[in-house]
Amino acid sequence: MNWSFIIFSLVKIALAIGVLHAIAAYAVLVERKVSAWIQDRVGPNRAAPPFVKYIPVLGPMLTRWGIFQPLADGLKFMLKEDFTPAGVRKMYFWLAPALAVIPSLLVIAVIPFGSQMGNQKMVIADLNVGILYTFGIVSLGVYGIVLAGYAANSKYPFLGGIRSSAQMISYEISMGMSVIPVFLIAGNLNLSQIISWQTTHGWLVIYAPLSFIIFIVASFAETNRTPFDLPEAETELVGGYHTEYGSMKFALFFLAEYSNMVATSGMMVTLFFGGWTLPFWGLDQPAHSLGIGILQILIFLVKVCALMVLFIWVRWMFPRFRYDQLMDLGWRRFVPLALVNILITAVILWMKS
Amino acid sequence: MIVNRKALTFWEKLYLPAIIGGLKVTLRHAYNTLILKKVVTMEYPEQKWAVPADYRGAPYLVKDQDGNTKCVSCQLCEFVCPPKAIKIIPPGPAGQLADRSNAEKMPQAFEINMLRCIFCGFCQEVCPEEAIFLQKDYSLTGLTRAEMIYDKEKLLALGGTVGGVQKWKNKLEEAKEQETFPVKV
Repeated sequence: MNWSFIIFSLVKIALAIGVLHAIAAYAVLVERKVSAWIQDRVGPNRAAPPFVKYIPVLGPMLTRWGIFQPLADGLKFMLKEDFTPAGVRKMYFWLAPALAVIPSLLVIAVIPFGSQMGNQKMVIADLNVGILYTFGIVSLGVYGIVLAGYAANSKYPFLGGIRSSAQMISYEISMGMSVIPVFLIAGNLNLSQIISWQTTHGWLVIYAPLSFIIFIVASFAETNRTPFDLPEAETELVGGYHTEYGSMKFALFFLAEYSNMVATSGMMVTLFFGGWTLPFWGLDQPAHSLGIGILQILIFLVKVCALMVLFIWVRWMFPRFRYDQLMDLGWRRFVPLALVNILITAVILWMKS
Repeated sequence: MIVNRKALTFWEKLYLPAIIGGLKVTLRHAYNTLILKKVVTMEYPEQKWAVPADYRGAPYLVKDQDGNTKCVSCQLCEFVCPPKAIKIIPPGPAGQLADRSNAEKMPQAFEINMLRCIFCGFCQEVCPEEAIFLQKDYSLTGLTRAEMIYDKEKLLALGGTVGGVQKWKNKLEEAKEQETFPVKV
């Protein structure tokens, strides 16, 4: 423990959270734009600060892309009245949004988002039990939602909270078991080591495609995205667990959902798509110059964004599962499938050795 | 009626055909909007739809082809107006004369409260002088209520010119001709 470690860690934390928030904000924009394109619409193309229209070509173009929409959204959330309905359990009501956001921010601590810059590793905490930490934290995320549903003292949020507790706990099991083959193959729980294993052997998605499929489906369920968005099912439960929330508290739930998406995408990139590496141009080795270091961070971000687009695309493609179908899929399909996957991988590895 | 549901095949149970179908549909739509620009959205304030020929928009006062106000302040439209949006102040016995020949009077003030107006077209229907017409404007906006009460000048400026029969134009000549009775044939 020395000062430079603390300072560099704080800088990395600040940068990572800043970038995470920026991605989350712009993911909302991408969500709205992609949904618009899929539904033959235009999407947000008006919001702009007043001075932008005086910038010759760029200003109107950026406005049409909706670049300033997230700023307007954020400002709106900040300025709205922070309303607490009568009859809520105040302490839990206030605690719930924080409990939803914190785990989603904590997950990125162990994800290596770049190789190194100078002699600083581009990961906030290079834990040897990285993935265990992640699953421990991710499972805390459900408390925010359950508490929100409970504290609101209202029927729809309560139903949303119940649904989410059942759903997230169910899918956590298949999610956790789906990655065991990955660690069997790579032989390590440290995410940086898994990335370096992938540089020599190729991306793990080739070795464990079934794991990837189970993991991505489970992460849709974990982040409450369609087709598993039962906790917030707008058509059934008004708004689900966040029905009674408004202004910045609602924004925190929103932020939590998108941060969760970023974190799970980052996790998938790390586990299955080689993290910050690319298999050519020598980009799979830790950087020796600042430029390469930044390039590798960008590679990581591009991969994350690609997966985010997949998340968003899927949302506007599929209808919602019925509750029993969701449970059926989770417990009777994915859990056995994940178990078989572990078994087969283990047997193959045993025969090879 | 009982419809027996067909059992899903193994391939269908994998959800894969549905997923691929969904991918195809959404991709096609995204491609059509994004690349082929087949956007059906009309971006309203910049683009406006052409209203039909018999569209009933806001009622405005019109002038004839000589630039005269057609309205003679008969107050029939004020009387017929269902929401009482029209308010006319006639010139009165000693008031100002009409600004054209052969019309007895012209309105001293003519106001339409566009907040009350329901665009029914009764005023146009009842007007004996063809002086008020429902025109194509549908988007009337203002920041205050007072702003939405359109006075005579504003109504005339917005109304423009509608020609047609000039009922009173040759009345003087006709009257003079009446005096030399055997009308020239």
